[in-house]
Amino acid sequence: MTDVRIAGVGLTKFGSHPERTGRDLFAEAALAAREDAGVSRDDYEEIFYGNFMGELAEKQGHQGPVMAEAAGLDCPATRYEQACASAGVAFRQAVATIRSGAADVVLAGGMERMNNLGTAEVTQSLAIAADELFEVRAGVTFPGAYALMARAYFDAFGGDSEDLAHIAVKNHANAMQNDYAQFHREITVEDALESPVVADPLTLYDACPITDGASAVVLVSDDYAERHGLDAPVTVTGSGQGGDKAALQDRPHLARTPAATKAADAAYADAGIAPDDVDVAEVHDCFTIAEVLALESLGLYDHGEGVGAAARGETTRDGDLPVNLSGGLKAKGHPVGATGTAQIVEMTKLLRGDHGNSDAVPDARVGVTHNAGGTVASAVVHVLEVDR
Amino acid sequence: MTDTGYDEWLAAIADGEGYYLACPDGHGSLPPRRSCPHCGAAELTAKPLPETGEILTFTEVHVPAPNFADEAPYMTAIASFGPVKLTGVVRDLPADEVDLGTTVSVGVGENATTDEQLLVFRPASE
Ligand SMILES: [Zn+2]
Repeated sequence: MTDVRIAGVGLTKFGSHPERTGRDLFAEAALAAREDAGVSRDDYEEIFYGNFMGELAEKQGHQGPVMAEAAGLDCPATRYEQACASAGVAFRQAVATIRSGAADVVLAGGMERMNNLGTAEVTQSLAIAADELFEVRAGVTFPGAYALMARAYFDAFGGDSEDLAHIAVKNHANAMQNDYAQFHREITVEDALESPVVADPLTLYDACPITDGASAVVLVSDDYAERHGLDAPVTVTGSGQGGDKAALQDRPHLARTPAATKAADAAYADAGIAPDDVDVAEVHDCFTIAEVLALESLGLYDHGEGVGAAARGETTRDGDLPVNLSGGLKAKGHPVGATGTAQIVEMTKLLRGDHGNSDAVPDARVGVTHNAGGTVASAVVHVLEVDR
Repeated sequence: MTDTGYDEWLAAIADGEGYYLACPDGHGSLPPRRSCPHCGAAELTAKPLPETGEILTFTEVHVPAPNFADEAPYMTAIASFGPVKLTGVVRDLPADEVDLGTTVSVGVGENATTDEQLLVFRPASE
């Protein structure tokens, strides 16, 4: 089994770009990744593309071929839909394809266009990631679902809204050094606590914004990188995916996300690492409480200990385990179907030293990415390691 | 739209004859099902839902999706009814009287926005 190396990465600036087409967004990210990789156009063998709500936002199904054209490539392209984990599963399939020997060079990425819809329509669109019969019809929105989990967490383990506010403050601070982030605005704990309630106990500043954007990654086999003398210091050493019941009501514990634990256990075993080996993490903080659930599911914190990590300064830029140095979904933005590979882009740059926040982790060797779909009915975890 | 299995289940709850599906190992699930989501057993038997349930978690939603535009703010909760948990909208109970552990009964109401039937939790009569 060959190792998989990351040869190039690309992003659009995340933000509100309601006038830009999905194909234009993906083109920008894909061309940036291709330029970063410096791989011959003819060598691309397949495209793995994530998108969640293209039918609703652009009335565009069958997006694979559209995006292959946009990327300027002539190869098969397949779309993966797994809610907010769409690009994570696309990336995982790209890794598996290279490992199997079926291809030496592939492009993985994702795109989401959201702001051309109004807030109400976006809320409705995001809700389709929940169980239609048993959750959506009972008024469960995407923030509402995480609010149900947050209240269950506070009841089971403790913690409060102020702990969550510290996560928002941390991620906004981290985004200040990320040119691609949607927000470049520091906030205070008071700002977060005083922001309007979306679904109690979650307020506006507990929630990620509505984001348009795209991301892309060029993956190559170790052999290919060597033969072509590519500068590709980051290797994908672990990949794992986990699943859970679609509806919260069918899970035994409402404040745990075992799908992410399964994904992490598989990815760690694949990479031959333990949670202690992780130097830096990018996790799926669609809501502040989601960062807590992620840290605990990844084995980086015990259940009940993750909620205070940001307030204690452990996961901040200067902490022992910086989490979401990109700004996270909270401040970098969350173009749903692009987020999984956007995390890979951010982690690659953090590890190879060309990220605005690389100076916070100069000796980091092992990075972990955690991408979740819905209320973590799907989770994808990857381990990235850099040659040092 | 007709959703066979689900529609009959909701109608039964409206008639006060709510049920869940039990597998031989005692796992509970809700229709439509052809196998137990917890263990895969194919033999499912309808059993009566407990009369009352207990709220496990809840949220007051202030930013609704369009299908609840005329309801906001509204309270959605997950409540345990024996071996199954149900998700519904809390009605006839002031927001400050909803808490973890609050005992509720389950019935059916109408969504003011869409006129669709929905699962509703109401205060359990003593
Ligand atoms: Zn069973």
